[in-house]
Amino acid sequence: MKWNRIYALFVARNLEFVRDRSSLAWNVLLPVLMIIGFAYAFTDDNPEKFKVGLVAGSELEMPAGQFRSTRYIKFIELDRVEPNLRKVERHQLDLLFDVGSRRYWINSTSANGYIVEKLLIAAYADSAVNLQKSLVEGDEIRYIDWVIPGVIGMNIMWGALFGIGYVIVRYRKFGVLKRISATPVTAMEFLSAQILSRLWLLVAVNVVIFVAMDLFVDFRMHGSYFNLLLVFVLGCINLICCGLVVAARISSEEVANGLLNLFSWPMMFLSGVWFSLEGAHPWMQKLAQFLPLTHVTAAARQVMIDGAGLLDIADHLLVLGVSSVILLFIGAWIFRWE
Amino acid sequence: MSIILKVSDLVKRFGSLIAVNEVSFEIREGSCFGLLGPNGAGKTTTIEMMEGIKQPDGGTLHYRGEPLGEAFRNEAGIMFQTTALQEFITVREVMRQFSRFYPHSASIDDLADRYALHEFLDRDTRKLSGGQKQRLLLAMALINQPKILFLDEPTTGLDPQSRHNLWSQVQQVRAQGATILLTTHYMEEAYELCDEIAIMDHGRIIAQDAPDTLLAAHFNDVVVQIHAADIPRDIGEREFQAIYRHDSAHIVTSDVNKTIERLLALNIPLHRLRIRARNLEDLFLELTGKELRA
Repeated sequence: MKWNRIYALFVARNLEFVRDRSSLAWNVLLPVLMIIGFAYAFTDDNPEKFKVGLVAGSELEMPAGQFRSTRYIKFIELDRVEPNLRKVERHQLDLLFDVGSRRYWINSTSANGYIVEKLLIAAYADSAVNLQKSLVEGDEIRYIDWVIPGVIGMNIMWGALFGIGYVIVRYRKFGVLKRISATPVTAMEFLSAQILSRLWLLVAVNVVIFVAMDLFVDFRMHGSYFNLLLVFVLGCINLICCGLVVAARISSEEVANGLLNLFSWPMMFLSGVWFSLEGAHPWMQKLAQFLPLTHVTAAARQVMIDGAGLLDIADHLLVLGVSSVILLFIGAWIFRWE
Repeated sequence: MSIILKVSDLVKRFGSLIAVNEVSFEIREGSCFGLLGPNGAGKTTTIEMMEGIKQPDGGTLHYRGEPLGEAFRNEAGIMFQTTALQEFITVREVMRQFSRFYPHSASIDDLADRYALHEFLDRDTRKLSGGQKQRLLLAMALINQPKILFLDEPTTGLDPQSRHNLWSQVQQVRAQGATILLTTHYMEEAYELCDEIAIMDHGRIIAQDAPDTLLAAHFNDVVVQIHAADIPRDIGEREFQAIYRHDSAHIVTSDVNKTIERLLALNIPLHRLRIRARNLEDLFLELTGKELRA
């Protein structure tokens, strides 16, 4: 590996990216527009004003059934109490009711929780049942706080897959790769330059987006910036390597486009970018674990929303790191100049 | 002169098609070697195997007695038939990029001066004309001060003036001691530039030598060329076995005086008559039965 060759390719690719203004603008504007769009789209126009989690093993007894039939409350059936208490803390649930033990939890700072509690007590007013109240504490997690890590992850995914995959296929189709192959540059040097160039451009572009969005919507960031950067850098490398594998041999832009879409669209919907997969079919949840964007989004969310440390997200980092190495070797192994 | 590149029994197959079939030749250091052939003869496949771009299915290639390796990569300059460059990059930037690929490189300013690229150095490569782009590609092929230069149909698509300019630039490179391997469709180009030519057809070399030696070996006659409208086709074919090509009738003869006397006897107007020696185009037609640019 000769660094001067890698540097020459790195510089040329950066110049190409930065001077392609329409592409650059699209890379920055798309995620910003999406975040703004989602911030407004999900601003309280839902007719179901309240969310209540119900842990009910069997059919509901009468007072609970009456409460269950209240309009404008969204009732979510849950299996257990423990993992869902956090949702009450984050205001994702206004009230959590364990029907069997007749115990409920509300957030002491939640206005919605206060109102739903009154409705629950009213439903049980004519019965002799005593309900047990428990209080939890925690700040509200807005949808925008929840969705931003996923949107940045998604932007990295598009930039990595298409920025590497499509570009290499175009280089191959028009003979740019053939010309480079006639020099002493090796495949590994060429691929390294492409990875480094795309990596720093993705990181730079997404840092700009992150800062700009923070100014616009002041989203939640409880964890370490270093940990978040590590998640996104590993995510970039992993998705770039995915792009390399897709582009390793093909020379048709149409085929590349199809393959990259085949790879990216399932990630868009199964990686928990826009909505949680909790409650989805188990096979769908298992499939999601094989998608790199799932780990990027989950780890970034843990860092930003829960303030998770490296140990808390170690499983996601390990999956991203190991699969990146495997994908890089596969990509380099099957790579062809022509 | 020593042998710089030796090609032995080179074979390349694409499925059931044998594109290059046991091709062997040697290129002397400092010479200009031309590889000629009709479309599909296998010359580009042969040159791409020699450049190390395509892997042969059989045979060997030796550069200065060694299999092609890093020394060859560092010392070879290559100009492909068609090359795309990265987009949004200027002439200076692409030359700087390629200069960094090699351990030793020529000065960008010197190359720009020599190939009249100075005024375009800061221009996007996509905005160059055909001739300017060919000059840039030649400059890029020379950026590592190559010992051996591969030129695959370097003047295809250029206007006559640009073509002649490129010939003189190739001759300058050769004068500086570089060995040149050239493929071309243009016989005039091969005759002008090459010390030795090999003619390929159906993946094989069917003739190889210095152009004049090949012509002398195959022909001892000349061509009398008359405008086709001046000699009716039935008379031309019956009396002179003339071959009609484009708007000319070609009469091959070893006795020009006798042919002219016979033409006068038949009242054929001679004011557009031309007598020319046999050339590589004729040799090519004779050996392959095809016109070179068919």
